[in-house]
Amino acid sequence: MTAWEDPLWEVFVRARRGLSHVHVGSVHAPDAELALRHARDVFTRRQEGVSLWVVPASAVTASRPEDRDAFFGPAADKTYRLPTFYDVPEGVEHL
Amino acid sequence: MGAEEASEDARELERLLAEDGRVEPTDRVPAAYRRALVRQMAQHAHSEIIGMQPEGAWIESAPSLRRKAILMAKVQDEAGHGLYLYAATETLGVEREELLAKLHAGEQKYSSIFNYPTLTWADVGAIGWLVDGAAIVNQVPLCRCSYGPYARAMVRICKEESFHQRQGFEILHTLARGTPAQRAMAQDAVDRFWWPSLMMFGPPDADSTHSARSMAWGIKRFSNDELRQRFIDMTVPQAEVLGLTLPDPELRWNSERGHYDHGPVDFAELARVVAGDGPCNAERLAHKVRAHEEGAWVREAAAAYAARHGHQGAA
Amino acid sequence: MTTTLVPGSARALLALGDDALLASQRLGWWISRAPVLEEDVALANIGLDLLGQARGLLARAGELEGRGRDEDALAFWRDAPDFRHVCLVERDQRDFGTTMVRLLLLATWQRELYARLAASSEPGLAAVAGKAVKEVAYHVDHARAWVLRLGDGTEESHLRVQRALDAEWPWVSELFDGSWLDPEVVAAGVLPWPDELRPTVLGEVAAVLARATLRLPDGLADGLAPEPGGRLRGRHGEHTDELPGLLARMQQVARAHPGATW
Repeated sequence: MTAWEDPLWEVFVRARRGLSHVHVGSVHAPDAELALRHARDVFTRRQEGVSLWVVPASAVTASRPEDRDAFFGPAADKTYRLPTFYDVPEGVEHL
Repeated sequence: MGAEEASEDARELERLLAEDGRVEPTDRVPAAYRRALVRQMAQHAHSEIIGMQPEGAWIESAPSLRRKAILMAKVQDEAGHGLYLYAATETLGVEREELLAKLHAGEQKYSSIFNYPTLTWADVGAIGWLVDGAAIVNQVPLCRCSYGPYARAMVRICKEESFHQRQGFEILHTLARGTPAQRAMAQDAVDRFWWPSLMMFGPPDADSTHSARSMAWGIKRFSNDELRQRFIDMTVPQAEVLGLTLPDPELRWNSERGHYDHGPVDFAELARVVAGDGPCNAERLAHKVRAHEEGAWVREAAAAYAARHGHQGAA
Repeated sequence: MTTTLVPGSARALLALGDDALLASQRLGWWISRAPVLEEDVALANIGLDLLGQARGLLARAGELEGRGRDEDALAFWRDAPDFRHVCLVERDQRDFGTTMVRLLLLATWQRELYARLAASSEPGLAAVAGKAVKEVAYHVDHARAWVLRLGDGTEESHLRVQRALDAEWPWVSELFDGSWLDPEVVAAGVLPWPDELRPTVLGEVAAVLARATLRLPDGLADGLAPEPGGRLRGRHGEHTDELPGLLARMQQVARAHPGATW
């Protein structure tokens, strides 16, 4: 028996129109057509979705945990980007 | 890996657990944490897959079409749950094929409960009520376990499994109110599955080899004995509603402890079954291996087709 | 629901319900035995769809018949000669190639049939068919995906699926046989003549098989299924010797407890 090495596909489901596709898990399949069908059977048995994406897991490029501070730290001290940073005088509405 | 690097990994894991209690796939973790996770997740996944067999055997013989549909959907869920768990182990870089090979070679375990035979239709009810009931008690705390992909898989599994226990209870409830023969069948099933269900929580805390470390790592949240007691406390009143007897003469409410006292679990039997000497160990594994081998030509065909037509599978 | 008083309608619904029931029963065997885990889930989905169709059709057949038989009375308390499904669906299918070829044949036929039955004059039948037509469209898609891969996969898979096709082919003609059908049922718009479905169904099947590089069985290229000839005719209650075993397994628990509820 030869080894079986179907590629891994990451699965994304749109729960309903108006929402984004969200990552739910993965399936193995030799090609995209079967991957999509497997994803349908495995992840939407309880009406969880109205649309599906399958993406080869190998196509995902991820940031590294050790880069976390360099990537995401610098945003921490720039709270002036948030509306709660500002004082609004009492009685002012629609601002 | 040098000792220094290993201790650095251990510090990193401690920091992660202290900071937000969650570990994600690309985080730097000690090899032992990773090994313990793979071992636990693989055993869990294998249990779902082997667990399809005892009930699956009754799909073709379910006594009503409604029951047939429910059972088919339930056994299907078990395949789905195995799949979610294998997918979670893949995030640690362990291929499903590798885990299946270890299962087939007998190098990795699955839950001992599935090595007991299903002799009558009532066993389907007893498995749903007791075995799935015990599994839920085991699994709910894992929804908050430290490894993100495992925790997320468990959330999904627990949500889907909520119907599994109910359908089992409903089967037994109907049988217990049916003909004398149906009632006897229900009692017999409960008699056979009660003790093995208690064994599902593993050996007593004093003998549990990996427990303390797993608790510190957040991949186990309560001890075996705590979970076993929780299951018993939850199940005894349900048995009363069913009007069925649990086969333990020592079972009685202890108001001081606020728990039910129970007789001793035969852990020697658990050890025997885990070691491979249960009633159906050989049969379960042979069924799985045969299915995998007989499907090889199909997997090879699909791979050859994809190689020829492109992995995008445009057809 | 108003009862259509066309004689023979109950028998027609029974036949279609039995097709779905027996096909589902055979698929149930596969759960825990599929080539990949994802396919266990897929085959269970298909089996559940067919079982749902069977329950709807048998329940309505029982109502039309008016003898107080519900879906379970019909499934568990009839003997082999009283079953009216085509022999195609009752035979063992422990080979994945056989399973996919048979599913392609059955689902392609069901899709064409249900699409028409959605407008049946029998409201119960129209309701089941209207819902089921989407389900069987997915079954066709699934079977097609696998027949392509098996036919155009490895040398071994090609040989195996060709052999499966050649073995299933003689059983196809019964899908288009109308000799069992009360002409009044057709005249009243309950069911079309089965023969009317032949060109479309065989055309679609032939297209998939050609794409899968499989050798078309005799007559298929001309839109002809083999003549029934001396074949057993399931629609008339004449079955293969594989049916009693299947029924014994399916009915054993129910029959051991007459009058019990489950």
